[in-house]
Amino acid sequence: MARLDRPVSGRQGSWLLAAALAATLPLVPYLPSWLILAAGIVFTWRALLLWRHHRLPPRFLPPLLALAGSIGVFIEYRSLLGRTPGIALLVIFLGLKLLEVRVARDILASALLCYFLVLGQFLFSQTIPVTAQAIFALLVITAALLTANDERPPLKEQLARAGLLLAQAVPFMLLMFLLFPRIEGPLWGMPEDRRSATSGLSDSMAPGSIAQVSQSDEVVFRVLFKEAGAIPPQAQLYWRGPVMPAFDGRVWRVTQTRPAYLALPWNVAGPAVDYEMTLEPHGKSWLFALELPATLPAESALTTDYQLLARQPVRNRIRLAQRALLLASPGREENPATLQEALALPPDGNPRIRAVAAEWRRIHGDDPAAILAAAEDFFARQLLIYTLNPPLLGKDSIDEFLFDSRRGFCEHFASAFTFALRAAGVPARVVAGYQGGELNPLDGYLVVRQYDAHAWSEVWLRGQGWQRVDPTAIAAPSRINENVTAALPGGEPLPFLARNDLAWLRELRHRLDAVSNGWNQWVLGYNPQRQRDLLAQLGLDSPDWRSMTAALAVLSGMILLALTFHVLRSHPRKDPLLILWRRFTRKLARHGIQWSPWQGPIDFAICAAEKLPARAAEIRAIADDYARLRYAPKQTPSDLAQLKARVASFRP
Amino acid sequence: MIGTLRRRAHARFVLWALRGRPPEAAPILLDQRRVYVLPTRGGLAFAFTLAVIMLGAMNYNLSLGYALVFLLAGLGVVTILHSFRNLVQLSLRPGHCEPVFAGTPAAFTLILENARPEKRSGLRLFVTDGIAAPVELDVPAGGFASASLQQPTQRRGWLACPRITIETTWPLGLIRAWSYAAPEARCLVYPAPAAKAPPLPWQDDFSRDNRREGRGSDDFSGLRNHQAADPLRHVAWKAAARQEHGPLLTKLFAGSSAQQLLIDWEATTGLDDAEQRLSILTRWMLDAEAGGVPWALHLPGLRLATDHGSVHLAKGLAALALFGYGTP
Repeated sequence: MARLDRPVSGRQGSWLLAAALAATLPLVPYLPSWLILAAGIVFTWRALLLWRHHRLPPRFLPPLLALAGSIGVFIEYRSLLGRTPGIALLVIFLGLKLLEVRVARDILASALLCYFLVLGQFLFSQTIPVTAQAIFALLVITAALLTANDERPPLKEQLARAGLLLAQAVPFMLLMFLLFPRIEGPLWGMPEDRRSATSGLSDSMAPGSIAQVSQSDEVVFRVLFKEAGAIPPQAQLYWRGPVMPAFDGRVWRVTQTRPAYLALPWNVAGPAVDYEMTLEPHGKSWLFALELPATLPAESALTTDYQLLARQPVRNRIRLAQRALLLASPGREENPATLQEALALPPDGNPRIRAVAAEWRRIHGDDPAAILAAAEDFFARQLLIYTLNPPLLGKDSIDEFLFDSRRGFCEHFASAFTFALRAAGVPARVVAGYQGGELNPLDGYLVVRQYDAHAWSEVWLRGQGWQRVDPTAIAAPSRINENVTAALPGGEPLPFLARNDLAWLRELRHRLDAVSNGWNQWVLGYNPQRQRDLLAQLGLDSPDWRSMTAALAVLSGMILLALTFHVLRSHPRKDPLLILWRRFTRKLARHGIQWSPWQGPIDFAICAAEKLPARAAEIRAIADDYARLRYAPKQTPSDLAQLKARVASFRP
Repeated sequence: MIGTLRRRAHARFVLWALRGRPPEAAPILLDQRRVYVLPTRGGLAFAFTLAVIMLGAMNYNLSLGYALVFLLAGLGVVTILHSFRNLVQLSLRPGHCEPVFAGTPAAFTLILENARPEKRSGLRLFVTDGIAAPVELDVPAGGFASASLQQPTQRRGWLACPRITIETTWPLGLIRAWSYAAPEARCLVYPAPAAKAPPLPWQDDFSRDNRREGRGSDDFSGLRNHQAADPLRHVAWKAAARQEHGPLLTKLFAGSSAQQLLIDWEATTGLDDAEQRLSILTRWMLDAEAGGVPWALHLPGLRLATDHGSVHLAKGLAALALFGYGTP
């Protein structure tokens, strides 16, 4: 182990610093700025110590700094456990470990921390670019380990060797990735890992909140319909999210405590469509089922206002097999309390629309269908404009929207429409979610992004149950039939991906999205379920962890055996020169003239010639040939042939 | 306690590994049956790290976390093969071993031959139970490298080549592949020259008759620093007088005609300890040779005629080294 006891050389130190940088740089966006600054100082300090050949700081200093850093992390996050604080601690330890690296052996501990930090990147993102970055980091870390053991090879060779080692590890990785029995996490709670503020729908809706969500082109979920020909028309793609019956004059809210159904409260027969949804993590519970769900996925519940909720907030990408009933009007026998809730209004405010609603009530009496028709007619006549940039509204927001500004986004429409119906005595509520989506022709997935966020109304008609009414469609039918871009006037500030003016850009976007979706589906989404499906397809009936482990052991054992065989079989191609020399010395040995390995050919020839004077000339010639071929810079095949002939004809 | 047990277990293992072999005739091929592979301490730390990464990947359902663990595990497996391959099918044979005086370490030269067309890096050789630092070397593709292993010597005679451990942790330091060898080689250990010896046993009248005709008595050949054993009459008094504080110088005389020196076992009869006597004889031999004085050796059962030169010295020292051990 002597080599590992030597002080770290400049080259080894540089490689280690490069490895530390490759492992920590991708984490910079997720770490607090004071930590990045401190890590930068420590790294620079280490580099200066290394290149100026200064002595390391005293041994007591790194532990003190580590303690200070840990306290800093605790103050920052109020915890030392969990994702971000854990990674922050690892970065601190790495920095201080670097300050402790004195001999080559110490490099290993730092390299292992670096490998761990690569996992840290994956905690935050697992996209293809992040993966490429991680592979680069693995290369550098492995090369740093190589350098700790043998520092002489130059940079290129070191990277090439690291690449070779990692490439040879890939077959084992693939095998284990496919066959290692997967366990669905988490193994322990992750209480502090509340997803930090993300764009996306929330449990309340104020004027402008959906418009804000629309500013993002983040993917919310992807849907693959079972039958490619049976994709429902765009105008029927309502993905149901939060249902908000409570209104305080400005903000609509979800009712927090709501009982849930154990079984679906409607008849699931009838025209239906099957699809598989891959839902991105959004930190909330809504599963955004296509209206109306005909299946209840595992670990989920349906509230009495038909929100399909996961039992735990969605923190990981999940895949759900779903079925939707396209033409259903549930709730014909509705609970009076629910209806009461769907009629509640604040005591005052918005007098103008209240007056209009009272007029409907006077004309149509207790006929909700007629009132609904009147309301739709009213909305059409108001010539409302669909825009992402409505003017700010004051206290009586609904009146101002309907009668003064007449400009609004979907939440204004849904809010005003629901208010008007309630004022006319018809139960109604606001439903938020996503509407539509974009079909990627390359992989057949329908992609729903944040800019597809939408809000609509739901109206209860006696004898018919809850009916979906989308007041936005009255003013801007193209929003529903096409997409938000088609419905908005030109020049509105839409997210980049929502624009559909450039055909090639759209094509490129489809391609990128198909690749990223394939990655999500097959690499990131390779979970216990997918593993079972795949193995079943491969003919492994009812694969359990035992059969998987057995298959894994057998297959990796086979690879290992084949490789070992290869190592041993690649038999030494013997040096032809040496073979000739051995043949020559064997001939002499039969006559009692022993060659010792330390003897040079010329010395040996002199000794042998003395003992065998009759063959002195031949012996000298052979030894001269051998010495020339062995030690002269260039050898030509004819020379070798000459030596071969001489040795062959040599008869001592 | 545990250390003792471990040492004992290790000694057992070495014996088992070399079962029926030592000493082995050259060349010794390290085939797959005698190359052992185990993780190093670093390798165990690596495995522990992988286990922790695996827990993280499971807890957070990180598919790429699994991929990372599996890739690194694959890396560990691949390293086993690389370390093993770095050592297996290496052949080694003993090289020349220069005789030494007892007390100075013997240097056993081992020649390592790599028949494979790839370089073998980071090999370490050391005496299995020795304390000397390992010799590190690379063996070039299809070539040779030699290592010289130091083994302390205490007594004169033949010293057999000790058991050699040859190991490598290349490429990543996670896996150690090693093998043992007991090459058939020996080193001649001369008796240690005595630090203090009586004056050289000059014999002025020895073989006067053999003196060649027509030559002057002493052919002066040079000067060297005076040593305690030099006869007083060879001191260069004139030279000493010329320089006041310089060292005393001894005149040296060339040729066999000057003085006759018989290094005789019997001349040390006053001492009981045979080893001590051999030490004194060794010192005399060295001093005589340093002075360029021809000498003869009489040992019980062995006589070397008067001569001088390195071959003569080697013969004489070998005779002293093996005195009493029977035939060399």
